[in-house]
Amino acid sequence: MNINTTKIISLLFFIFSAFYLYTAYQIQVFAFDENAPFNARTFPIYLGYAGLFFSGLKLILPDPNTIKVDHKNLEYKKTGILILIAIIYGATILKVGYFLTTSLFLFASYYFLGERRWILMFLLSFPFVAAFMYLLHGILDIYLRDPFLLSIGVMG
Amino acid sequence: MIEGILIGLTTALTFQNILMVMVGCFFGTIIGMLPGLGPMTAIALMIPITYGFDPATGLILMAGVYYGAVFGGSTSSILLNAPGVPGTVATSFDGYPMAQQGKAGKALAIAAWSSFAGGTLSAIYLLFMAPSLSKVSLSFRSPDYFALMILGLTAIAAFSSKGQFLKAMMMVVLGLMLASVGQDSLSDITRFTFNNMNLTDGISFVLVVMATFAMSEALTIILKRNDPTSAAKQVSLTELGSIRINKEERTKMYKTIPRSSVIGFLIGVLPGAGATIASFLAYGMERNIVSDEEKEKFGKGSVNGLSAPETANNAACSGSFVPMLTLGIPGSGTTAVMLGALLGFGVQPGPRLYMTNPEIFWSIIMSMYIGMVILLILNLPLIPYIARILAVPKNYLIPLILFFSVTGIYVMSFNNFDIYLMIGIAVVATFLRLYDFPMPPLILAFVLGGLMEENLRRSLLLSNGSWEFLWDRTLTACILATTILIVVWHIYKTFKKKN
Repeated sequence: MNINTTKIISLLFFIFSAFYLYTAYQIQVFAFDENAPFNARTFPIYLGYAGLFFSGLKLILPDPNTIKVDHKNLEYKKTGILILIAIIYGATILKVGYFLTTSLFLFASYYFLGERRWILMFLLSFPFVAAFMYLLHGILDIYLRDPFLLSIGVMG
Repeated sequence: MIEGILIGLTTALTFQNILMVMVGCFFGTIIGMLPGLGPMTAIALMIPITYGFDPATGLILMAGVYYGAVFGGSTSSILLNAPGVPGTVATSFDGYPMAQQGKAGKALAIAAWSSFAGGTLSAIYLLFMAPSLSKVSLSFRSPDYFALMILGLTAIAAFSSKGQFLKAMMMVVLGLMLASVGQDSLSDITRFTFNNMNLTDGISFVLVVMATFAMSEALTIILKRNDPTSAAKQVSLTELGSIRINKEERTKMYKTIPRSSVIGFLIGVLPGAGATIASFLAYGMERNIVSDEEKEKFGKGSVNGLSAPETANNAACSGSFVPMLTLGIPGSGTTAVMLGALLGFGVQPGPRLYMTNPEIFWSIIMSMYIGMVILLILNLPLIPYIARILAVPKNYLIPLILFFSVTGIYVMSFNNFDIYLMIGIAVVATFLRLYDFPMPPLILAFVLGGLMEENLRRSLLLSNGSWEFLWDRTLTACILATTILIVVWHIYKTFKKKN
C-alpha cells in the first residue's frame, strides 16, 4: 500500500494539536482570572483548536499534489553523523570551551563529509575559530566562555 | 520647518557626523552579515561608544549601524538562506533561489539598489510627513493591530504555491504554538515549559530562525547530496554571476520600488509593526499585483520578489523612527534599544522633540540620506567579494553554516539546552521541508505570536469578551475584509486552475 506521508504528518500534527489543547486547558491561572474574558490559557486554547481544524482539513480533503520523496537517494547516514557531531558539540561546548570544541567540530565535520585536504581542514578549523573568537571577544567585546583557554592562561 | 531642516543639514554634514555614518554603516553591514547578530545586537554594542558623543552624533552613529545591519542581514539571507534579522526573512524567498541559479552577484546588487531606493524614498516621506504621521499612528488601536497581524499571516500562507495553503496554515499555527512557550507576558504564569527552567523565558527568535533556515538548509543539502534533481542546483552554487542589472530587470524594479517603499514606510510608522511585517506584506502584495507569468517565478528567483521586501524593510527602518521620535513609542525592537540610548542622553522623545531639539530630530533624518548613499557606495563594489562565500565547497560551507548557527545561540544564552533544542527543531524542519511544508509562515507567526496575543487580550478585555471588536471599527473591518478577500481570491484561483 502506498502511504501518503503528507497525510501521516497531518495526522501527527492533529495528535500534537490535541495534546497542545489538553495542556492548554491544564494551564493554572489565578483564581480571580479564572472567568476573565482573557487569561493565560485563552490564546493557547484557540491555537489548539486552530491546529485541529487545519490538520483535520488536510487529513480529510483529497491531496492532488502528492509529494513523492525517493528515499534511496537520500544520504541519511551522513546527515545522521553530522547531527550526532552537532549534539556532541553542544554537550561539550560549555565544559571544554568554545575554541577547542568548535575547532574539533569543524574538523570532524569536514572529515565525515569526505574532505581529506588536511592542511586546508586545519586552517579552516583551529586558526579560523581563533580569528573568529578574536573578532567576537577581542573586537566586539562579546563574552565567550572558554574554560580551556582560561586554564592555559590565553583568556583573561 | 525649513529652519529645522537647515539646522539638521548643518549638523549632519559636519565631518564628524559623516564619519560616524560611514563607521556605523560599515560595522552594521559586517555584524548584520553574521547570522544571529542582528541590528539589535549591533546597536546595543554601540551604546557605550555613543555616550562619548553629543546626542545627535550618537544617534546618527546608531542609525548608520541600523541600516548597515539590515543590509548585512539581507546578504546572509541571499547567500546562505540564513536570515540573521526577522526583517530579511522575506528576502531569502527569492534571493536565495536566485543565488542558487548562479546569480548571487545580481541578487546582491538588486538588494543593494532596492535598499537604497527604499531607504531614500522613505527618508523623503519622513521629512515631509513625520509630524502628521504620528497622529495617524496614534489612531491604530489593538483590534486594528490584531486584524493587521491576521492579514499578514494569511497573506504569507496565501502566497505559498498551489495546494500548499493548508500546509502553510498548519505552519502558521505551529509558529504561534512555539511562540506561546514560556511566561505569559501579563500574569507571568508559565505555559508549556513542563517544569523546564530553560523554557521559562520562551524560545528565542534567533534559535528558531537558525534551526528552520540555516541549519535545516545545511542538513537538506547533505541529505539530498545524491539526489539527481538537486545535483544541478549545487553545481551552480559555485557561479557568482554578474552584478549588472539589465534593462528588463530595472523596469521591474522601477514599478516595485515606489509601491513597496510606501507600504514599508506606512507599516514602519505603526508602533510594534516594523520591518518584518512590512517586508512580508510587500512581498505578498507584489505577488498579487504582478502578471500570472511573473507570479510563477515567485519563490524561484523573481526580481520583483526580491526587490519588494528589500525596499520595504529599509523603508520600514526609516518609518520606525516616526513613533520613536515623535511619540516616544519604539516601532521595533531595534528602535526600542535606541530609545533607551536617547533617554540615557537625557533627551525626552515626544511630539515636541522637533521643536525643543530640532538639531537631533532633523539631523537624524538628514543623516538617513547620507547613510543610504554611503551604504550603496560601500556595498556595491564589495558585492563580487561578498558573493565569493558561495564558491566555498559544500564540504566546508555546511559545517561553517552549522558553526555560525550554534555560535549565534551560544553567545546569546551559554546554554546546552538551547543548542539541543535548535538541533531538534532543525531535524523536524528538515523532514517537513522534504514534504514541501513551507517554513516562512512558521517564522512570521513565531515573530508575531506575542504581539498578536497581547492585542487580542486588550481587544477582548475592552469589549468584555465579545468578538464584536472585529467589526466595530471601520479600520478593523476593512483590514479583515482584505484578509477574507485574499482567502477567497486564493480559493478561486486554485479552483480556476484545477478546471
